[in-house]
Amino acid sequence: MRRSVLRAVAVAMATAMLQPLQLLAGGWNKAAFDARAVADALKGIGVTATEDSDRIVLKAPEIAENGAIVPLEIASQIPGTEAIYILVDKNPQPLTAVFEFANGAEAFVATRIKMNESSRVRILTRAGGKFYATMREVKVTIGGCGA
Amino acid sequence: MADPMKIRAQLQGDVADVKILIFHPMETGLRKDGVTGQPVPMHFIQTLTATHNGRTVLEAQWSQAVSKNPFLNFRVRGAKPGDKIMVGWVDNRGDKASIEATLN
Repeated sequence: MRRSVLRAVAVAMATAMLQPLQLLAGGWNKAAFDARAVADALKGIGVTATEDSDRIVLKAPEIAENGAIVPLEIASQIPGTEAIYILVDKNPQPLTAVFEFANGAEAFVATRIKMNESSRVRILTRAGGKFYATMREVKVTIGGCGA
Repeated sequence: MADPMKIRAQLQGDVADVKILIFHPMETGLRKDGVTGQPVPMHFIQTLTATHNGRTVLEAQWSQAVSKNPFLNFRVRGAKPGDKIMVGWVDNRGDKASIEATLN
């Protein structure tokens, strides 16, 4: 589909549906997303220390043939998990996604991300103001950031 | 008209399992146009919000490294037939869309 058409459709849908949904205004953490180093991205999120935890269950491929589509599934078994963060250490900007849970949402998310090259995938969770982490090396055959 | 989003929400006990697919280019700004050789400008979804009967259950922030045509699966406890799940997004150009599903 052509981009211009896609945009027109998206705008038309949003206008036509007149949803009461309140979307975040300015709720995008620019400093953290623009950061080119993991340390700066973590600082942008407000992380000072992380505790390694095997109670974050990460399903990720050992080898991703297509870096444009790397499926990830994350479930946190840490009680009171409020947020999940996905970082890819070697992507141009490591911070990839932030998910904040409320009102009965399970600390679970599955999505697909792009990886520029083989890298450590770093998953953080936040519970009770503390940050927990688990990491996994994912090998990428064909990089996906130019895709 | 093609929908810019698809949603599937299924009840498993009292848990709503919600899967969404958004038709969006998620341009990184690094890709070059095949014809002109010029970089294609960044164009990506930055924020996504999901509600359950109007109450926010999930707020996501994304970078350009979420895959093209983003897929997202999340789960909400305390759901029952007739409940409404709504998901909406806004991209870096201010374009937006939303979709709703009723659980059954």
